[in-house]
Amino acid sequence: MNPFLQIRELKTHFPISKGIIFQREVGKVKAVDGVNLELQQGEILGLVGESGCGKSTLGRSILHIIRPTSGQVLLDGVNLTLLEPEALRSARKDFQMIFQDPYATLNPRMTVYDTLAEAFRAHFKVKGNAIKAEVVQLLGKVGLPASALNKYPHEFSGGQRQRIAIARALAVKPKLIVADEPVSALDVSVQAQIINLLAKLCRELGLTLIFISHDLSVVKHIADRVAVMYLGKIVELGPAVTVVERPLMPYTKALVSAVPIPDPVLEKSRKRMLLTGDPPSPINPPSGCPFRTRCPYAIEKCAQVVPPLEDFGTQFAACIRIREIQGLESVGSSRAG
Amino acid sequence: MATPLLQVDDLAVSFHTRNGIVRAVRNISFQVNRGETLGIVGESGSGKSVCCYSLLRLLPMPPGRIESGKAIFDGSMDLLSASIRDLNKVRGKRISMIFQDPMTSLNPYLKVGQQIMEPLLIHGSTTKAAARAQAIEMLKSVGIHDGEQRMEAYPHQFSGGMRQRVMIAMALITKPDLLIADEPTTALDVTVQAQILELIKKMQGELGTAVIFISHDMGVVAGFCDRVNVMYAGKIVESAGTQKIFEEPQHPYNKALQKSIPSLQQKGKELFTIEGLPPDLAGDLRGCPFAPRCAYAVDYCRRDPVELLETRPGHYSACLRVQRKEITLQS
Repeated sequence: MNPFLQIRELKTHFPISKGIIFQREVGKVKAVDGVNLELQQGEILGLVGESGCGKSTLGRSILHIIRPTSGQVLLDGVNLTLLEPEALRSARKDFQMIFQDPYATLNPRMTVYDTLAEAFRAHFKVKGNAIKAEVVQLLGKVGLPASALNKYPHEFSGGQRQRIAIARALAVKPKLIVADEPVSALDVSVQAQIINLLAKLCRELGLTLIFISHDLSVVKHIADRVAVMYLGKIVELGPAVTVVERPLMPYTKALVSAVPIPDPVLEKSRKRMLLTGDPPSPINPPSGCPFRTRCPYAIEKCAQVVPPLEDFGTQFAACIRIREIQGLESVGSSRAG
Repeated sequence: MATPLLQVDDLAVSFHTRNGIVRAVRNISFQVNRGETLGIVGESGSGKSVCCYSLLRLLPMPPGRIESGKAIFDGSMDLLSASIRDLNKVRGKRISMIFQDPMTSLNPYLKVGQQIMEPLLIHGSTTKAAARAQAIEMLKSVGIHDGEQRMEAYPHQFSGGMRQRVMIAMALITKPDLLIADEPTTALDVTVQAQILELIKKMQGELGTAVIFISHDMGVVAGFCDRVNVMYAGKIVESAGTQKIFEEPQHPYNKALQKSIPSLQQKGKELFTIEGLPPDLAGDLRGCPFAPRCAYAVDYCRRDPVELLETRPGHYSACLRVQRKEITLQS
């Protein structure tokens, strides 16, 4: 069976131009630089990484909100990259996006009804009462009362607004949803509600979800698989629990060890792998392995070879020293024990 | 017993808006001892930031108004009633603050060096040359090693983490007794957050500064603070040592908050959620503010006034049912 979503060698580069009248290109921001991914229908993929690693750009490039520079995106056998604008527009009902900030993505001058009905009108030929019935049903799905219909976004809390945004994405009955940090702007108690809602909807509607987040604990909770990005490349990919509990790539290790644990005893006892400095600029990424400038295990060879995403049985990881490092660590721990 | 560094009593802050009076902080009392780290956690709108801003009188007034309360600093000075002249001798010198967003709190027009030296030049009797040397030294201790050149750079030339380092250097250059940190790592990536927390801890160890650490992240608080105040709807609902807050919660809100955090430790089927929303802070609240969302609430919770009382040695809770020993919340 062909996978539901196939992403092949996807690249999105943004040109940097200089000059006022004669604009010339002086460089490229390689936001997404050669990503390969395959998703099955109904799967939830978590996409994690630090800010600037290209996770949002990847999400947007998959949905062709940003046209990728090269590469292919195949959704259910349809090559989105080759579609003409008109055809792409009608294909959009199959894939939708949920954004981070529900304050900024809902039109403050449209009622909830208008916002949701607009989605219906854009893609289906339904009228008046039929739309209203659909919209009310939709509100029920995301846990909002029908009395919300004639209210404006400012009358809702952040969590409720995110529910409206989810309802809007679901209105056109999509098969694929990309959620870009959908819970980052919310408080913990509300965050839990939205995560549960998304998980429930995916289960019930058989949605395929790409969940972009910088929060590993959220991703581990909701996702089936996790892809870790660094400087436009996927550096580790595997089942969520495996990647978070037994990361292979040094960057993922550092990322996991930096996540604070809400338990004072554990938190004080555990050893941190502290990274120094910031991620390098994607305009001029380091040669070889993109992580080598901050990696405690980096050797000379890391600067020469671009590590491929290799299969380690349990997960994929991009690092040429993984076997050596694991050897070192098992020796280290047996000594410590 | 030694006098605490900061003793806040009965602080109430409200905002007088067109739509009525919003009582953001409702008569809270707490203290900060020398050298300790006090965490204040709560969700947005719980009043944690307003409380700390009002201590340094940084709230826009109007609409903000300090309705009542005292904040005795170092046993002598009431921060809330002191004249602005007296207050200016303390803030930025003996009490400093770091904010959430380092980009909006640095002046984009001034060189970083100038901004770091400023507190010294305003408060101290140092010469410009001495201040400069001290600023470079300070940059080094916050991990910016090429301080000499970096002094001449502008904030936009720094990354988020580096800017927060600059903010910390600026806040600590006068060796303050108290540092108020308002979500200092919320805008940063986890790897950078770990660096910054480590840095604040290190500086605290060197200077003996007490820290009030405001955060919504229970994970960060767990590793960083000695004591924690949990705030809800403008009130402190629980206060105790960090370990006790996590191991022996004495308030249903604290317990629910901890249960709703997706943790790296476990992958559950469904996350625990707190139903409903925090109350509207305009107007009076009868009974316990958390009662409408609380799984343990009974009739008198919605009716009777609540106070923060010691329910165990050194552990304070504002839950009537815990106080009456009707429920235990051990996980």
